[in-house]
Amino acid sequence: MMSFVSYLVNGLSLGSIYALIALGYTMVYGIAKMLNFAHGDIIMVGGYAALITMATTWCPVWLAIIIAVVVCTVLGVVIEKVAYKPLRGAPPLAVLITAIGVSYLLQNVALLTQSANPKTFTSIAAGAPPFLLVFDGQAPLFFTAVKDSPYGDLKPMLTISMETFLAITVSIVIMVLLTLFINKTKAGKAMLACSEDKGAAQLMGINVNGTITLTFAIGSALAAVAAVLMCSTYPQITPYTGSMPGIKAFVAAVFGGIGSIPGAMIGGVLLGVIEQLSKAYISSQLSDAIVFLVLIIVLVVRPTGIMGKKINEKV
Amino acid sequence: MKNLFKRIAAVSLAAAMTLGFAGCNGNGDSDSSGNSSGGAGNSGDVGGTSGTLVIGGIGPVTGGAAQYGVAVKNGAQLAVDEINAAGGVNGITLKLEFSDDEHDAEKSVNAYNSLKDKDMKLLIGTVTSAPCEAVSKEAAKDNMFLLTPSGSSVNCITAGDNCFRMCFTDPMQGGIAANYIADNMSAKKIGIIYDSSDSYSTGIVTGFEEVAKEKGLEVVEKQAFTADSKTDFSVQIQKIADSGAEMLFLPFYYTEAALVLQQAQGVLDIPVFGGDGLDGIIDVLGDKVDIANGVFVMSPYAASSPEAKSAAFTKAYQEKFPNDPLNQFAADAYDCVYAVKLAMEKGEIKDASISASELCDKLKAAMTQIELDGVTGLTKWAADGEPEKAPKVLKIVVKDGKGEYEVLS
Repeated sequence: MMSFVSYLVNGLSLGSIYALIALGYTMVYGIAKMLNFAHGDIIMVGGYAALITMATTWCPVWLAIIIAVVVCTVLGVVIEKVAYKPLRGAPPLAVLITAIGVSYLLQNVALLTQSANPKTFTSIAAGAPPFLLVFDGQAPLFFTAVKDSPYGDLKPMLTISMETFLAITVSIVIMVLLTLFINKTKAGKAMLACSEDKGAAQLMGINVNGTITLTFAIGSALAAVAAVLMCSTYPQITPYTGSMPGIKAFVAAVFGGIGSIPGAMIGGVLLGVIEQLSKAYISSQLSDAIVFLVLIIVLVVRPTGIMGKKINEKV
Repeated sequence: MKNLFKRIAAVSLAAAMTLGFAGCNGNGDSDSSGNSSGGAGNSGDVGGTSGTLVIGGIGPVTGGAAQYGVAVKNGAQLAVDEINAAGGVNGITLKLEFSDDEHDAEKSVNAYNSLKDKDMKLLIGTVTSAPCEAVSKEAAKDNMFLLTPSGSSVNCITAGDNCFRMCFTDPMQGGIAANYIADNMSAKKIGIIYDSSDSYSTGIVTGFEEVAKEKGLEVVEKQAFTADSKTDFSVQIQKIADSGAEMLFLPFYYTEAALVLQQAQGVLDIPVFGGDGLDGIIDVLGDKVDIANGVFVMSPYAASSPEAKSAAFTKAYQEKFPNDPLNQFAADAYDCVYAVKLAMEKGEIKDASISASELCDKLKAAMTQIELDGVTGLTKWAADGEPEKAPKVLKIVVKDGKGEYEVLS
């Protein structure tokens, strides 16, 4: 039973990270109608930015996170301006291939400057005690966050690390803020308008180019947060760190309905939970196969994903 | 307009790719220039009774497995320089020509062919298993003597009787680990996490399970992961913890092992036993090395070993290559060159102009008769090319935030 809770919590944590990355994919797709395959590598850059700044003595953890967010935001905007903006209106295939090119460019620059050797990441919650669930025989269950637990030798039934806890809570907070931003602010509403009809939005006086830039900025900032959370939970970074989570998050975005923001959140969390539970109860080797099988089934039943809008093609 | 966009797309892609390739070339160049500095004489210097004999070497000196290839290249170069400084082998000067294969089977065969053009007479390599399997088939066709320092898959030397190996095979290593645990440790219930997408890891597990059965060890939980999902090990660790295992066996590389150890903190608290792939974990953990305290590693060589031969090799290597990785691969390569020297002396080879095939016949007859007292231990060879030597089990001991190996056997 406790193992199940443990798998579930870890699945939620992994899923929240997927969801944060998937948000970047889905927002960009919703507005610019392009698949930004360099998104996974922006995560990697964010991880290295945090790693390098945290290694210096003067930089506290919170500042390192902010620097990582700034670096990724700037990088996302620059990539959009330099690589994608000139191709607006070009066939989708050209943009897709450019995105793959940018992805390789980022990976190779990282290989050159940081080398292929994996580096150990210092968790942002380093030293923080885990949450323990202890049962002492008579009293009910206790949650404790004390390092030297008063329950002494009692083996905790469930251990939830600070990183796991942070990944879940930070993701929830960010998702709530993002939903509020999109539905309540002018800039957010402009994004919604652009995603529905760029031409009409422009006629209504919305700066479409500016809105697309803003989308890239937000998506990349979320990638930086995801990078810090991911590298804290799985404390290692290489130039290829971002590629697999990037692909999984893309799947999560499609799963939830690409272009849909709540869809990306649900898709990401579901993907993480399915992955962990199938690892635990079916086969640790087949977990990826099962994840993609579920994706195929969802797409056969609902071709636009769980939350995707049905689009009527005009003939 | 559309044409212009296409052109821009093409140019930016081309730029991205050029940058990527330029990176590879840059590394390759700097390495090959470092290589030639150690060589003495030139390969055209044949005839007479001595001359220069070219030893080929193939391995990844760039790319993801670069630290293995660089270590092998340096280790072999060190031995070649020492032998030449002491007058060569029967008066013959050795020269090492090392070629990069980026851990790619196809590039490795190309490297083999280009080395033959450089008058290679025997091959030390290749470094990694998959390329070695490909190259050994070519070498068997040519009857070219091949001694791999570190190709540990069984099929690396099955192509012909010209192929020999310095390291243990994967199943052999697994068997040795099971034997050691059964004979020296109290743990009887073993939990295994392994990489099911890697032949090195699955090979060790196969050998381990076979011997474990004979020796009365019980594998209570066996959990796998694959190359595509090797960051999150929480499920595997939880399963091992639930299984009541008394020891955790980790037969894979240090990159993933470092993650497993970190994620096991607070969940799983049992001794850890790893294969030689764990060599390097101290460096990758950096200031978190504490969590590797007490981990058992099998390795034929440890830089901190107090044994005289190992210590002398470590000192010489670090003086010559202060910035390069020093690991068992370097030691294996160093021993390979000395094994070749012994075999050449046994086979009474006095003329560097001997053909590669003729040399191979003499060397393979001599290999089964020699006994090398090398850095990686006392080694003899069977006719099938497999080495016979005793394994070393090391324990990681952390003192004042610094990790070191302690030799147990």
